[in-house]
Amino acid sequence: MTTTSEPRATVGAGDAGSGSLRPGSSATGGSAAPARRRARSARVTGLFVLLAVAFVVLAVVSAGTGQLHVPAGEVIGSVLHRLGLDLGPMPAHPNGDAALWSIRFPRVVMAALVGAALATGGALMQGVFGNPLAEPGVVGVSSGAAVGACLVIVFGWAFLGPWTVAGMAFAGGLLTTFLVYATARSGGRTEVVTLVLTGVAVNAVGGAALAFLTFLGDTTAREQIVFWQLGSLNGTRWPYVAVVAPLVLVGIAGAVFLSRRLDLLSLGERAARHLGVDVERLRILCIVLVALLTAAAVAFCGIISFVGLVVPHVVRMAVGPGHRVLVPASALGGAVLLTGADLVARTAVPYADLPIGMLTALVGGPFFFWLIRRTRRSAGGWA
Amino acid sequence: MSRGHGDAAVRTAGPALRALDVHVSFGEAHILVGVDLDVHHGEVVALVGPNGAGKSTLLAVLAGDERPTSGRVLLDGRDVHGVGLDHLARRRAVMLQEMRLSFPFEVEDVVRMGRSPWRGTEREDQDDAVVARTMATADVTHLAARRYPTLSGGEKARASFARVLAQEPGVLLLDEPTAALDIRHQEAVLTEARRWAGDGAAVVVVLHDLTLAAAYADRVVVLDEGRVRGAGAPQEVLTSALLSEVYRHPVEVVRRPGTDEIVVLPVRSTATSRPATRRDGGTGADDATRRDGHTGPDDATRRDGHTGRDEQEPGDVVVGTTSGGVIR
Repeated sequence: MTTTSEPRATVGAGDAGSGSLRPGSSATGGSAAPARRRARSARVTGLFVLLAVAFVVLAVVSAGTGQLHVPAGEVIGSVLHRLGLDLGPMPAHPNGDAALWSIRFPRVVMAALVGAALATGGALMQGVFGNPLAEPGVVGVSSGAAVGACLVIVFGWAFLGPWTVAGMAFAGGLLTTFLVYATARSGGRTEVVTLVLTGVAVNAVGGAALAFLTFLGDTTAREQIVFWQLGSLNGTRWPYVAVVAPLVLVGIAGAVFLSRRLDLLSLGERAARHLGVDVERLRILCIVLVALLTAAAVAFCGIISFVGLVVPHVVRMAVGPGHRVLVPASALGGAVLLTGADLVARTAVPYADLPIGMLTALVGGPFFFWLIRRTRRSAGGWA
Repeated sequence: MSRGHGDAAVRTAGPALRALDVHVSFGEAHILVGVDLDVHHGEVVALVGPNGAGKSTLLAVLAGDERPTSGRVLLDGRDVHGVGLDHLARRRAVMLQEMRLSFPFEVEDVVRMGRSPWRGTEREDQDDAVVARTMATADVTHLAARRYPTLSGGEKARASFARVLAQEPGVLLLDEPTAALDIRHQEAVLTEARRWAGDGAAVVVVLHDLTLAAAYADRVVVLDEGRVRGAGAPQEVLTSALLSEVYRHPVEVVRRPGTDEIVVLPVRSTATSRPATRRDGGTGADDATRRDGHTGPDDATRRDGHTGRDEQEPGDVVVGTTSGGVIR
């Protein structure tokens, strides 16, 4: 290839003294690329193993912790026995097994599902907005979903049976996501300022709607709304899990399916289109999935914000921005984070169940602030 | 050297890319007015013209991004809006001026994105080889592990060029690919574009540097206010009269001695072009020819009418390297 060798030869001769050009860059590049890829895949594998181990440990500890303490060995034994394996000790306490299966396990599973949904929703939203600060809680999609769910609580609707709350949350979330998307984007991209300000506006309206619904509701509904708004996994039962699980699994599967196209979208809408991506369809799919995941998380557990911001960001720092890794790793990371956060919420204050949304906001708020400043610096302004 | 790019097999007898009476209007603003253009396999066509002439819009129309208000664009004889996006992505690649990236991908990953249209085809097996080759071609191999947003403007342009080449298109649309590049990389990028044309690709490139356009294009299309003002071989189209009129600034076209090469220079008055250094550095003859070549009272209009790129001052560079030859 004479074209390429010519300029390189020229520069090699000219710049040899200054040492600014790597000698034989193509040769080193050739052998460095596979090595770099190996290092990266090792890092990716490491991250997944780490997260998986962390999740199992946290889940076992969390399930065993509470007023009725069940040792880790007995927790594992109980699970294995349910799976038909006669291994490990059963809980020694007469009510141990029942407590695990009726109270603890649904809660742990719900925490994992909601965490995965929130983190995946965040990663998706950031991908489609092309902005690392987009997150369902920050831009107001969560409060849109919350309004939908609150309507059901206050008016006692049940037209979709056990799915009514989730269904209305989905409707509210979808409406808000489209609204935010339509207003915050211009010229194919979303500026940070526009996005955050849109979030302020949407959250304000959502907050007002929630306040009005709280005002309308009777005492029971009011109390339910207040605690639900703070975000809590308290009182999770299997039927709730049965509603949330399929939504979350569909959402994550869809996100994984779209991940390659999200990578291309980061080149910008036109360039992605030049590479064969139907950008319009991708956007709509992403918005529907974000609404689905947010609704799944919000429906029974209230507003738990910042998970979708913190988790994808940390994953990106660890293994880079490629969505094929980012999406599943975020899902797993979100599950770990929320399982851990729920453990803290249940145990930090004896005999009290702290609202988990409060905890995540306590950590996520400052993190968001730091992220804004960092983005501003790297973008050279409020771009 | 078998590059296997560009679906040579798909090649049809007619032009690879064809614009037929294309009009683009946004309300009252007429961006393109009745543009006809044929681009054949094996040729490089340069689109030139002043700012706002409609070059980028025409490129967007040719790429299938923009639907013309009226008229049609045919790729391989088929309407560009009638073929699927995936097919389009395997046939034509576009290098845009804007090279933003939302997330900090590594350069090699960005180049590899150019391979995505070939996913699920036999060509996927060549991904690694093609990526390595195009990165070497664009001279970004040593930047492979760098995060794209940390690159300089010129490095980004070269990485984008590598990505576009990795797409192995039969039709290559480049919007000012050399705008951010130094002289060596400008020459390298256009040499590569020529090479692709030599291998059968149809190449359309928007350029501001008319000397570059003259050197590398088989045909030059001069656009002004949305209309084609001239189209044909550089020697025929790039005339002082047409360019001076189109750019609203006196432009001089000279021939590099002993060659057919055209050098296009904006006419500068000595009053506005650093007289001290020019007089000290130049020979006596330099000043004399310069004044002889001076064709108009352009002092007042020079700044406004000047359309070259601000960063690079291509005119200055060209004068520096060629004026000596011109005189002797």
